Amino acid sequence: MHEMSLAEGIVELIEEAAAKQGFSSVKLVALEIGRLSSVEPEALAFCFDAATRGSIAEGAKLEIDNVPGRGVCLQCGAEVEMENLYDPCPKCGAYGLRVTGGTEMRVKELEVD
Amino acid sequence: MCTTCGCGETGHQHAHAHTHPYAPRRRVSMEQDILAKNDAHAAVNRARFAEGGVFALNLVSSPGSGKTTLLCRTIEMLKGRRAVAVIEGDQQTSNDAERIRATGAPAVQINTGKGCHLDAHMVGHALEELPLAKGSLLMIENVGNLVCPAAFDLGEAHKVVILSVTEGEDKPIKYPDMFRAAHLMLLNKCDLLPHLSFDVERAIRYARQVNPDIEVIRLSATTGEGMDAWLAWLERAPVAA
Repeated sequence: MHEMSLAEGIVELIEEAAAKQGFSSVKLVALEIGRLSSVEPEALAFCFDAATRGSIAEGAKLEIDNVPGRGVCLQCGAEVEMENLYDPCPKCGAYGLRVTGGTEMRVKELEVD
Repeated sequence: MCTTCGCGETGHQHAHAHTHPYAPRRRVSMEQDILAKNDAHAAVNRARFAEGGVFALNLVSSPGSGKTTLLCRTIEMLKGRRAVAVIEGDQQTSNDAERIRATGAPAVQINTGKGCHLDAHMVGHALEELPLAKGSLLMIENVGNLVCPAAFDLGEAHKVVILSVTEGEDKPIKYPDMFRAAHLMLLNKCDLLPHLSFDVERAIRYARQVNPDIEVIRLSATTGEGMDAWLAWLERAPVAA
């Protein structure tokens, strides 16, 4: 359950930003979570509720943008969309796609009071 | 108080809950990696390794793949050639650190309690207790878990994943994040192959499906076969991550 550590990390980033930018309540937290990252969005949402309890982000809405995975085929050079890390190239069928996108785990923006 | 990061400091909180009734909602751009804190600690560890010429590896695997036996054997074989130090991560007990210390190498045990992985902050603290000779090889044995440790940079030069042939050969595609994060895969317990139906070629094919660049060494920490190839890799591996 590393999602709990990640949720705690999100709360730390929010509290740091609050101290710097002087807001005291967070209404919405927007995340970017790549489909090829090691994060299960549902588990993260569950942990987010627990981790934000008692913090300035308690009760905040969580918005997760599931960024699609992207890769390039080492055989045919095609740039393709990827569902899983072990997928073959949809163009030529070769295995061993090099991942070029969809591994991000970022806090994009907040809506605050 | 912690000198690395200031944790344990009885500091004050700047964030406090009070309402400004007329303040309108506003958007605050963050654009920060969720693992930013961990990565900052990892960068400190990495700088410390670079300064001391320390080659650090993060060893990851399922529980029971033979990581500790592999470490003990590696330490024995490097005796007189290279200083080795170990950080052991487990939820509970210091059994593994004791096994390492019995070989004569310094070892620090981290107990993660309920935690399922080591993070860079924990490793930073362990380094404070660990005597690291210049040019040492530091092996960080992560908590036995093929999921969570994949996401956490500890400041190591490389992750090394250990897969034992008593496990399923499809582990690389069942736990793709870890095999993608690793630079090298050690196929351990190869002495048992005659008694098993484990398909080595298929396991390697699966690993390269998720990570086309992964290097593979077949060995047995118990009989010593393949250990020379592993030691040779340690000699020639690029130090920078």
